[in-house]
Amino acid sequence: MRRLLVAGASLAFIVLAALVLFSSGLVGAGNIGAAIRDLLGASAGGRGIGFQSGADPAHSWTAAERGIIASLSLDRLPPLPPDPSNAVGDSSDAVALGHALFFDGGLSPDGTVSCSTCHQPQSYFTDGKALANVRDIDTPRHTPTIVGIAYSDWFYWDGRRDSQWAQALAPQEAAIEHGGTRTAHVRYVLENYRSQYEAVFGPGPDFSDASRFPSDAAPVEDGAKLAAWEGMSEADRGAVNRVFANIGKSIAAYSRKILPGRSRFDDYAEAALVNDRERMSELFSAEEAEGLRLFFGDGQCTDCHNGPLFTNGTFHNIGLPLPQGSRFDQGRSLGTFQVVEDVFNCQGEFSDAKEEECVELRFIKLEGEELIGAFKVPGLRNVAETAPYMHNGIFPDLEAVMRHYNHAPPAFPGHSDLVPLAFTEEQSEAVIAFLLTLSAPPDAPAELLRPPVNQ
Amino acid sequence: MRIRLLACLLAAALVFSACNPVGPPQGGGEMEMEDGMSMDMSGGSMPADSLEAQTTENGHFTVSAVSQLDPVVINETHSWTLHIENADGKPVTDAEIAIDGGMPEHDHGFPTAPRVTQYLGEGGYLLEGMRFNMGGVWVLTLEISSGGQSDTVTFEFELN
Repeated sequence: MRRLLVAGASLAFIVLAALVLFSSGLVGAGNIGAAIRDLLGASAGGRGIGFQSGADPAHSWTAAERGIIASLSLDRLPPLPPDPSNAVGDSSDAVALGHALFFDGGLSPDGTVSCSTCHQPQSYFTDGKALANVRDIDTPRHTPTIVGIAYSDWFYWDGRRDSQWAQALAPQEAAIEHGGTRTAHVRYVLENYRSQYEAVFGPGPDFSDASRFPSDAAPVEDGAKLAAWEGMSEADRGAVNRVFANIGKSIAAYSRKILPGRSRFDDYAEAALVNDRERMSELFSAEEAEGLRLFFGDGQCTDCHNGPLFTNGTFHNIGLPLPQGSRFDQGRSLGTFQVVEDVFNCQGEFSDAKEEECVELRFIKLEGEELIGAFKVPGLRNVAETAPYMHNGIFPDLEAVMRHYNHAPPAFPGHSDLVPLAFTEEQSEAVIAFLLTLSAPPDAPAELLRPPVNQ
Repeated sequence: MRIRLLACLLAAALVFSACNPVGPPQGGGEMEMEDGMSMDMSGGSMPADSLEAQTTENGHFTVSAVSQLDPVVINETHSWTLHIENADGKPVTDAEIAIDGGMPEHDHGFPTAPRVTQYLGEGGYLLEGMRFNMGGVWVLTLEISSGGQSDTVTFEFELN
């Protein structure tokens, strides 16, 4: 009873104090609601009152904190919305075709490179390398996972594509990736997968006339390939582009099926939501819970790593060091112009979306200092399994990542969105311990996590 | 929302005064945000998230705004409806509106480039492309031009 009286008196004091602050103008009108909410939350959650004294304080959360924890849970992830630019995005036939193409080295001139060369299922669809490298030449960027990436609005670290299917096309023609051409790839697919292709997209065109459809033609830097492409009629280029886009749409249909699995953190969030401390203490060590507390508390990591996928899907400069010998990477400030000009973007003729459905492209931010050297915030699910880190693979492990956030050097050019965390070693280790709880096998049919049986 | 109502009831009981924890805007609008980042404790429908009417710096216009996304959540591009009246309280029908804003504390703008795309009649304007990518204090600045007059208003609100 005494505790209840104390609690009642505490609440009365808190509310009176808040009102005094409000009336005196010490707390602005814009903050008063939050101030009262926070003060009440601090008590209502039990930490200040001690209704559950004796329970592990590591798992004692205010109502507001439990709300934040729940907001990160996979239980809050909505069903994957359709991609209006990809009419076959949820077609099972397209999934099957895309599954085969994802693992097919035939989409490279020497048969050695497929999507799965870098996006390896056993490594959460990453490759373990600092920088993607399939032809003994480093690309400028680290291979990101594709798990759950279907929820993104932008693709690539700089967002230079606006759909999964448009993204799936670009590496096919990059000289140091697949190294192929669209005329070679559309011909390959129609020769080897015609029935599957036509089941999804209807009758495929005839590209057998070599005078109209050169074997290697593409709008790329390579002079011969470019000349061959420019020598084609506009109609023929359009026909090739249509099938090429459909290849991407099939691969995207497959990729959409690779979703994040339920992690130990998600079970913890479920227990936290109903304030089941016994269950919480079974699921998380005190260190992991402390890491979670730091993650959304003092660390403010949820400024960017928020929502069930631990990303706000936008672009930030965090003042990363450059790999030795590399030049400054403009990131989003260049990616914006590339996606606007991309013939395969949401508003292009090969997209299935209506103009008004291309919301992200219509309202793309093209100007602002914060775009300079900014890169897409990666989700953190399975982060412990997907080293190295950052768009340029500059950090080999999570300890190095934490060192960067602890020091947060200024960015140049541009400005860093970070402030130094200055966490102790113990705190940094706790954050890492928490991040390790985000690992879980992908949520996808087992057969999609390996090449098709006949391949 | 329930917590805020609880605060009202407690305050009323304790100090015998009417309670308006949100309060009238004084130099900055107040947005009632029950956001998607927090647990939905309302247990029911809620009024649309809105910015209370505010007068522009030189008094030429009065502006209010209602989000079409209710509740406003982070990471979702959405639209707002603006309502603009002149100093006589009459709807402004031909306003040109420039949009700016962001998070001053973080030194960054909106993650999108929102803009007014349509006049809806009765002084209403459709503002599309609004998006918030993190919790915290945001500002929305509207530069309004009509009838040879230009004026600016800045709303400040917190998304928790």
